[in-house]
Amino acid sequence: MSASSAFNDEKGGSSSVGEPEYGHDPASGGIFSSDYKRHDDLKEMLDSNKDSLKLEAMKRIVAMIARGKNASDLFPAVVKNVACKNIEVKKLVYVYLVRYAEEQQDLALLSISTFQRGLKDPNQLIRASALRVLSSIRVTIIVPIMMLAIKEAASDMSPYVRKTAAHAIPKLYSLDPEQKDQLIEVIEKLLADKTTLVAGSVVMAFEEVCPERIDLIHKNYRKLCNLLIDVEEWGQVVIINMLTRYARTQFLNPNINESLLEEGGSGDKTFYGSDEDEDEDEEEKEKKAEVAAMAKRKPYVMDPDHRLLLRNTKPLLQSRNAAVVMAVAQLYFHLAPKAEVGVIAKALVRLLRSHSEVQYVVLQNVATMSIKRRGMFEPYLKSFYIRSTDPTQIKVLKLEVLTNLANETNISTILREFQTYIKSMDKDFVAATIQAIGRCATNISEVRDTCLNGLVQLLSNRDELVVAESVVVIKKLLQMQPEKHSDIIKHMAKLTDNIQVPMARASILWLIGEYCEHVPKIAPDVLRKMAKSFTNEEDIVKLQIINLAAKLYLTNSKQTKLLTQYVLNLAKYDQNYDIRDRARFIRQLIVPTEKSGALSKYAKKLFLALKPAPVLESPFKDRDHFQLGSLSHLLNAKAGGYQELPDWPEAAPDPSVRNVEVPEWTKCSSREKRKEKKVEKPFYTDSEGESGPTESADSESDSATGSESSSGSEESGSGSESEESKEASESEEEEEEEEEEEKKKKKKDLKKPVQESESEQSSEEEERKHQRKSKPRKSESESESDEDEESESESSQSESEDSESEAEVKKKKKLAESKPPPKPVKKESKKEKKEMSLLDLDDFEPAPSPQVTPVNTFLSNSLVTDLEGLSLSDSVLSPATIAPSSTLKSYELLHRITGEGLSVEYCFSRQPFSPDANMVAVQMQFTNNASSDTKNLHIEDVKLQSGMRVKEFPEIELLPAGETATAVMGIDFCDSTQAANFQLCTHTRKFFVSIQPPVGELMRPVFLTENEFKKEQGQLMGMNEITEKLTLDVKCRNEHTIVQRVTTAANLSRVPCGSDKECRFAGRTVTSGSLVLVTVATKEEGAAQLTVNCEKMVIGTMLVKDILQALTQ
Amino acid sequence: MNQSQGFFKDIQISCLVVGWLLSNTASIILSFRVWGGQSMTDSAPSWFFYSAEMIHSLFLINHLGDIFLEKHWKSVISRSVCDYFFEAREKAVDPENVPPVLQTPHHYLISIYRGKLFFLSVIQTEVPPLFVIEFLHRVADTFQDYFGECSESVITDNLVIVYELLEEMLDNGFPLATESNVLKEMIRPPNILRSVVNTLTGGSNVGETLPQGQLSNIPWRRAGVKYANNEAYFDVTEEIDAIVDKSGTTVSAEIQGVIEACVKLSGMPDLTMSFMNPRLLDDVSFHPCVRFRRWESERVLSFIPPDGNFTLMTYHISSQNLVAIPVYVKQSINFFEAGSCGRLDITIGPKQTMGKTVEDLKVTIHMPKAVLNANLTATQGNYTYDCTTKMLVWDIGKLNPQKLPNLRGSLSMQTGVPNPEENPSLNIDLKIQQLAISGLKVSRLDMYGEKYKPFKGVKYVTKAGKFQVRT
Repeated sequence: MSASSAFNDEKGGSSSVGEPEYGHDPASGGIFSSDYKRHDDLKEMLDSNKDSLKLEAMKRIVAMIARGKNASDLFPAVVKNVACKNIEVKKLVYVYLVRYAEEQQDLALLSISTFQRGLKDPNQLIRASALRVLSSIRVTIIVPIMMLAIKEAASDMSPYVRKTAAHAIPKLYSLDPEQKDQLIEVIEKLLADKTTLVAGSVVMAFEEVCPERIDLIHKNYRKLCNLLIDVEEWGQVVIINMLTRYARTQFLNPNINESLLEEGGSGDKTFYGSDEDEDEDEEEKEKKAEVAAMAKRKPYVMDPDHRLLLRNTKPLLQSRNAAVVMAVAQLYFHLAPKAEVGVIAKALVRLLRSHSEVQYVVLQNVATMSIKRRGMFEPYLKSFYIRSTDPTQIKVLKLEVLTNLANETNISTILREFQTYIKSMDKDFVAATIQAIGRCATNISEVRDTCLNGLVQLLSNRDELVVAESVVVIKKLLQMQPEKHSDIIKHMAKLTDNIQVPMARASILWLIGEYCEHVPKIAPDVLRKMAKSFTNEEDIVKLQIINLAAKLYLTNSKQTKLLTQYVLNLAKYDQNYDIRDRARFIRQLIVPTEKSGALSKYAKKLFLALKPAPVLESPFKDRDHFQLGSLSHLLNAKAGGYQELPDWPEAAPDPSVRNVEVPEWTKCSSREKRKEKKVEKPFYTDSEGESGPTESADSESDSATGSESSSGSEESGSGSESEESKEASESEEEEEEEEEEEKKKKKKDLKKPVQESESEQSSEEEERKHQRKSKPRKSESESESDEDEESESESSQSESEDSESEAEVKKKKKLAESKPPPKPVKKESKKEKKEMSLLDLDDFEPAPSPQVTPVNTFLSNSLVTDLEGLSLSDSVLSPATIAPSSTLKSYELLHRITGEGLSVEYCFSRQPFSPDANMVAVQMQFTNNASSDTKNLHIEDVKLQSGMRVKEFPEIELLPAGETATAVMGIDFCDSTQAANFQLCTHTRKFFVSIQPPVGELMRPVFLTENEFKKEQGQLMGMNEITEKLTLDVKCRNEHTIVQRVTTAANLSRVPCGSDKECRFAGRTVTSGSLVLVTVATKEEGAAQLTVNCEKMVIGTMLVKDILQALTQ
Repeated sequence: MNQSQGFFKDIQISCLVVGWLLSNTASIILSFRVWGGQSMTDSAPSWFFYSAEMIHSLFLINHLGDIFLEKHWKSVISRSVCDYFFEAREKAVDPENVPPVLQTPHHYLISIYRGKLFFLSVIQTEVPPLFVIEFLHRVADTFQDYFGECSESVITDNLVIVYELLEEMLDNGFPLATESNVLKEMIRPPNILRSVVNTLTGGSNVGETLPQGQLSNIPWRRAGVKYANNEAYFDVTEEIDAIVDKSGTTVSAEIQGVIEACVKLSGMPDLTMSFMNPRLLDDVSFHPCVRFRRWESERVLSFIPPDGNFTLMTYHISSQNLVAIPVYVKQSINFFEAGSCGRLDITIGPKQTMGKTVEDLKVTIHMPKAVLNANLTATQGNYTYDCTTKMLVWDIGKLNPQKLPNLRGSLSMQTGVPNPEENPSLNIDLKIQQLAISGLKVSRLDMYGEKYKPFKGVKYVTKAGKFQVRT
């Protein structure tokens, strides 16, 4: 045959559907287009003796397949050539076969016996390959043969063949679902396989054939957990998703207690509460919980298997494969205790740098997570900032996340970010931003007015889309409190002349109609204009015009009767039947005629009913009932084959089902285990040592003095035990994380005071162990040598720990009790004392030098108390002088009665706090009203919001009965009005107290000239400016009282001003140094206008409120 | 028949010639089919509505919307399913804005956009979308690895290899072999020399050995690697992602670091890389070869490397840390209502460069639609303005701290169109050699398991990633 002719025909005439291939090769296609000759040249080439020709032909055929052309009529010719020596030809024939076997079943069937022979080949790769071909040929008749082959391969010696068998299972299942039962047997067998190669594939088969047979997993659960890290990445994804479901059916909800605590409030005893399901409705739960919690207060202890899963999946957060990271993240989200979920945030944020498709999916999931666990992503706020180069769909998703993350503290930064977005060229994105602002405004009442003002400004934007979107959002916001904003409604009424976007016009009309009593003059006029243009409006606008007419008719029929009639007449002949219907309906309702019966009486009620304000909600709310990371979650609709994530069980099923007869990982004796535990501990304590050695020392001495705490810990022994096992398990992690953990624990403690003694206890123990550890170094070196064993034994450890640790804890306690206070502790406490005196000096030194302020009483006071403490003498320096200046308002920190005789008041002294300029000085006055002395007054256990800091006052060693002492502490509130919580401790008692600053105390005065003031004010316009009108109190219409009242309300200094109608004040926030500018402009008859310019919008808004109150009272 | 029986003997005689055997099995199987005799007549079409595989089909689509490759791992799905995608594509205007996941009445379409191509996969049942997306990117990466680029022309030129690759990467819709080392053992990448030799000798691109890597515990490494010169190179590349606002303050700044390796070492080397300051790295992701536990406990990277090029690790230094910004930008872009023109003035200077020179400095500005042309003068480098894409590119080159580069001049605007409200933001590209801006340093690289002395090298470079200056 002639090769040249064959080459010419190349790709031509290959289509079977009668669609010639001109597109690809017009020249050749033109010549050989006759249908019956199709592929003749290829057949000839395949029949030839030359391998190169055959290869060429096969390549063309495969290329045809790849392009989607039908090459099925070549089947016999191709198959004839499989005997060819050339391996590449054979490979291509194989490709062809798998593609067309289904359509040419007769021919395909002939090869079965050969496959069976291939399955018995001594070479594992050939066996595997034969099985792969066999199972890929979708011919129903060979199902029994496939079944047999799979069964055989499942017990093959080679793991690779077993893996292929696992792959073949779903193929067979989709070919013939009736084989399910037999296939499940094979799956069961393969699940028991111990090699990583098989694990991923068999779980995939399990998921596709019998995902409901969760019982098959029990025996393999621990093995899967332990193998997980070594499985190939795709298998990891499948296994993790499956294990998430498994864990949901087998373990208890780790967050039961926290959910109880949150609502219960009492916190003390219900910390380890009942087994209620968190996902239940709040109210319903409350009822149940109260009853149930009392009835069966069963302590929650995490199942060691549950812990095992969490621990073994955690390192996979560092996988390069985004799917694996996402799988782990959803596992943690659905299964981990609240305090631990945070670890996934970092990894998810890292994925945001990946391809935009990955970003898209990750952001969808982050959006859902951020609703439930906002705190988790808050530190990464900036990573969600939007770049102008992001695709719009990414921008919108980031916006969603930012909106979800907004709260009182960060709203000002977020709003500032939004302000830049509004100017974007991408109009869809701008529209989304405006909606986001609207949502922030509804969620955070402090910034509602600011946002509203900002949005009103947008109404004068040049872009119509922007205006339209703003109108729609403003409408929603105004619905919340319409009476305050009639001027905005008026402004919007004016817009009807210009705005063309139907939705916006409709919104404005609705607003005017709804609140027509607020704009009685304008409303009829708008209706008049609308009546004029009625015929040219869009349908939704027409409907709203009718609506407006009806409402006006009811409220102001004198002016609008005729207009309404006119509009209704127009509507009567409209093309749209909806509008005609509406017109007829409304006419009957509002125009009283003889026929119209009872209904027209209620017209007013019908039309002017109070409408509930809309709730602007995230579209991602409640999406977490879908398993995160799943397709169903992404689409927010159940996809085919989606496995529901089951609810937590009420009571844990029997955990012993997961026990395996000869578990390798529990072989080592308990003694060895303990040794290893000992080794692991120092790791932890070492790292912890950094975070708070003094703290633990404190608690040590505490427990030595008070017997209360130790008994308390015994009571909740199980709690500390679980806590401990957790610590042990995570001891290998980096210190930072440890610290984080520590912080989290602290936060927890904040919520449950009793918990505290526990953690103290454990940390104390930790230290004791640490001390002991310093001696036996041997064990440490030992463990290092057999690191490999560690992974195996680790799992066992956690298991054993739980059974043992209780006993162990007790033992240790005994040990501790029998060994009276170890020496180093004593030393430490001594050192502390020394340090304290040093601190005092520090405190003392800088005081006289820098400040311009007049001699501040409080400093000398603190000095007095310091000296007092140092000397330990009974000569008390007159505390009577320590009266706070009259303008300073003092607040009660501790009442005489609750404080058992000790009462504490505090005031914001408005003096710079010398040790740290960013702190607000709080002057505290202690009065001992009791009959006995109070000793060792100090602060302990400070619980703060992130970023806040506290500088404690030096310990007051003695406060004799009836005496008063003063001390000053510094608190950095981070420019927020969040309270600083801490314990005030005496030698006998601890009191929980908190200091919450009024916003006016979060700033310090700065001196500005008039020009500077104006310049700064000019830069703080827009959303940063808040204006409020007020009527001044009769008593405070002169300048002097205004100044006095403002400066009392806020720590600001007066700015000189040319006009006597204006008072200006300036200050800076203490932490960030943002400017705060206040202007009070007075007008006639006590009318005045208050303007606050501040970069921090929350501060600004709150300050406005405070000053308003001060001026109007 | 005789021929195939001959093969059988061969098989029994020399089981060692493994690769050869694999290919032979196929031939044996098929030869039996042809000569085996009896023909089966009836066979019902096997259409079951339950379909379990993860990825059903793959379509490759170019930017014009032509499907130029399709591959089905199961029964064929008509390419008309892509119409839903085309619809979405049209709606989205920009190819980046096509939703990666689409729902159609019977299928779900998951697509990625790479190198002006869409990789569109069809799935039928629940599957983690990231799983598919990640896999599609892996496919694109493999093409890139094989052919040097991932474009339509390259793929159509190598259609057969591509098809074979897809066949190996996915089995019944589930990923099978995605490691490039394993794939290259099975299907050799094209190369000019070999294609010449192949045509002369009738050789082939299909590997003759079996992919042993799949069987081992380290599937990422080929067995029996041999090099005359043993060398290992590592490139530490850091990209700064930053948003700088109008006044020059940093809104957010992050560092994305990656360590790319090119390891050409014989045998089974076991490498350990340690850092001077591993504490910097608190958010990392690794190639599967890296041992997690060693990292967790000792903060060293211990691994048996794949052969050739691979990404050893990537890391992220988040905005919570202090990130140095190498350059500052002074800019003013104004549009005037009257005269329909605008002014532009940009100066760039060094900020925190750690004493190194900033190279390949480039500023890209996406101008508003109303800007018709730019008439500017640059003190250094040259600028281009593309009137159709509205892209102003100023290619500066090396940054001279003595004489700061400046670009200024006027912009001509379309008349009668209101001025753009937003000033366009500036995207900055730059490169600093021999510096990892985070301060990361490799302290040493040790090799165990092999006797020879390898040649080792580490290179650092800092680049601007998504570096944006708002105006």
